[in-house]
Amino acid sequence: MKTETQNLEELANRDYKYGFVTDIDADSLPPGLDEDVVRAISAKKNEPEFMLEWRLKAFRHWKTMTEPTWAFVKYPEIDYQAISYYSAPKKAGEGPKSLDEVDPELLKTYEKLGIPLKEQEILAGVVAVDAVFDSVSVATTFKDKLHDLGIVFCSFSEAVQNHPELVEKYLGTVVPHTDNFFAALNSAVFSDGSFVYVPKGVRCPMELSTYFRINAANTGQFERTLIVADEGASVSYLEGCTAPMRDENQLHAAVVELVALDNAKIKYSTVQNWYPGDKDGKGGIYNFVTKRGKCAGVNSKISWTQVETGSAITWKYPSCILQGDNSIGEFYSVALTNNKQQADTGTKMIHIGKNTRSTIVSKGISAGEGQNTYRGQVKILKGADNARNYSQCDSMLLGDRCGAHTFPYIDVQNPSATMEHEASTAKIGEDQIFYCQQRGISAEDAVSMIVNGFCKEVFRELPMEFAVEAQKLLGISLEGSVG
Amino acid sequence: MLEIKNLHAQVEDKPILQGIDLTINPGEVHAIMGPNGSGKSTLASVIAGRDEYEVTGGSIDYKGKDLLDMEPEDRAREGVFLAFQYPVEIPGVSNMYFMKAALNAVRTHRGESEMDAMDFLAWVKERAKLVQMDESFLKRNINEGFSGGEKKRNEIFQMAVLDPSLAVLDETDSGLDIDALRIVSDGVNALRNENRAVLVITHYQRLLEYIVPDKVHVLYDGKIIRSGDRNLALELEEKGYGWIEQEAAEATR
Repeated sequence: MKTETQNLEELANRDYKYGFVTDIDADSLPPGLDEDVVRAISAKKNEPEFMLEWRLKAFRHWKTMTEPTWAFVKYPEIDYQAISYYSAPKKAGEGPKSLDEVDPELLKTYEKLGIPLKEQEILAGVVAVDAVFDSVSVATTFKDKLHDLGIVFCSFSEAVQNHPELVEKYLGTVVPHTDNFFAALNSAVFSDGSFVYVPKGVRCPMELSTYFRINAANTGQFERTLIVADEGASVSYLEGCTAPMRDENQLHAAVVELVALDNAKIKYSTVQNWYPGDKDGKGGIYNFVTKRGKCAGVNSKISWTQVETGSAITWKYPSCILQGDNSIGEFYSVALTNNKQQADTGTKMIHIGKNTRSTIVSKGISAGEGQNTYRGQVKILKGADNARNYSQCDSMLLGDRCGAHTFPYIDVQNPSATMEHEASTAKIGEDQIFYCQQRGISAEDAVSMIVNGFCKEVFRELPMEFAVEAQKLLGISLEGSVG
Repeated sequence: MLEIKNLHAQVEDKPILQGIDLTINPGEVHAIMGPNGSGKSTLASVIAGRDEYEVTGGSIDYKGKDLLDMEPEDRAREGVFLAFQYPVEIPGVSNMYFMKAALNAVRTHRGESEMDAMDFLAWVKERAKLVQMDESFLKRNINEGFSGGEKKRNEIFQMAVLDPSLAVLDETDSGLDIDALRIVSDGVNALRNENRAVLVITHYQRLLEYIVPDKVHVLYDGKIIRSGDRNLALELEEKGYGWIEQEAAEATR
């Protein structure tokens, strides 16, 4: 009889389903980073002066910074001069006007990933996809429909061209160019990303969605996303990713900024499935992301939901600054590490306004030799009367070679605050697996069932179409990890 | 139905079962009694196929097949059911979802179509009545926050849903008050029929007043040292295990 550990390992050793490289001519800058490269990126994108100035400020600041080492992750030193900072699929003349004009190779790539844009277009009005291939937006659908409502949903580059006043007003207001090493780097060299503006009183009628994908070899991917919900507006944004297989480690340093004004709501959901490297830890994406939302207005709400199953290294803390009185911040997270994956992820909830509330629910799953760290900060500032926080951090271990770590930081400067913190660590029981088997359920299905049950509170927060995908993803990511 | 021959098993190199012989025919209810550490639960675990128990000798024939050669889930799909002594909790997974997955795994194995949601609901509701289980239990997570009695009742409910050929009840009476014991026993009795074999493992004669066995076996030191009808259980209750131990000691002298 096979031992359960062997079963787990077989499950874990399933190959990454999405490993392939699309053969497309890329218009890339040579590797290396200096002011000329920053200028070149800005020039290629035909940016206004304020953008170039902002990039240069960021670059000059970045040069004074050192890479942070406090996270519980280990990786070989990154040579920032060996990376190419710009790569765009070659265009014949102007950008494609419709999907028919899009490089068929590119469309095939998305098809392999199960994101048929054509079908999505037909599935009218359910999800609008602003698909990013490497660094440039390829196709944006449903824009017209959104346009009628006054909603701007476009690539960052287009926003810079068509809505420079909005970009200038909000860019860097949540994550300043000086914020941290990776955010500064991103500010200097970001190539593209998504931009959303929902005007006063408008509820966005559909889930906005983006698929990111890293393709060209050795190209760092630096996206910049900015979402602004004006007074009384609401929007739900989905971000999902897969990446092709590659041997070199690929650096990814994105920045996402959310701004919610008075009575506005933003829900940001992520399913991240970038290449995690093979079972020996070779290859895989380095994911150093700065995600932060500012509840700038009264009664505003920002909710982060993430399902992180990919990347070799994850360094990511989607956070909320609760500035407006009565504002609400939420963070729901599932992070899974298998094989040699390492994740250091969590959130920061900074309570500034009165009666601000935050909820943190974090579920960490470690399998193989995966290392999973929750790092979270809850800060209640002096003026934040009657602030409330509820934190729950649960870890689950599969097998005996993985690790789970929890670093909660709590800083309360106002005595009227209410804080609750719960934490648990459980080993996925052989007892639990055997119990399921004894009822006729295979070990593999049992693990999937137990893990999905463990994550239920988070999945409940995901939009329907994502919840199903997330459950499947966990199943795939855990295949071979039964122990 | 079940034919165990000269079964030897160990846990972490420690021999527990040292030559068990036991035959159970369809429709029969057998009880295994014995003091702590005699190997009762080990026998149940070996039948169910738990990994930690290593079979070092002997055989188990189940419906003409080599049971020891089968994965635990295949044994379950072939109709072997174990009511656990300590049913586990599985947070976030509802009883209903779990039972549907289990039942459909069994049905698929038998080459039957999966039961649709409506039929399944009707079926579980009917079976829940056998153990007087409130329907709200179906929606609750598996054994999470259940009392000891509720957990045991849930085991018998699962047995009722899965309709096994061979049910092994591992100390299902432990931790039950008299009312719960009666409910559980009534449930088991309702499930007795000419096609189903039941193996009841217990410390106490008390359970056997409710679930009346056809045969009683006394397990001591990894061996069945005495078999008889239900009167053996009464005798055991009266004289205690010390009596059997003494006899066993004399027999090996």
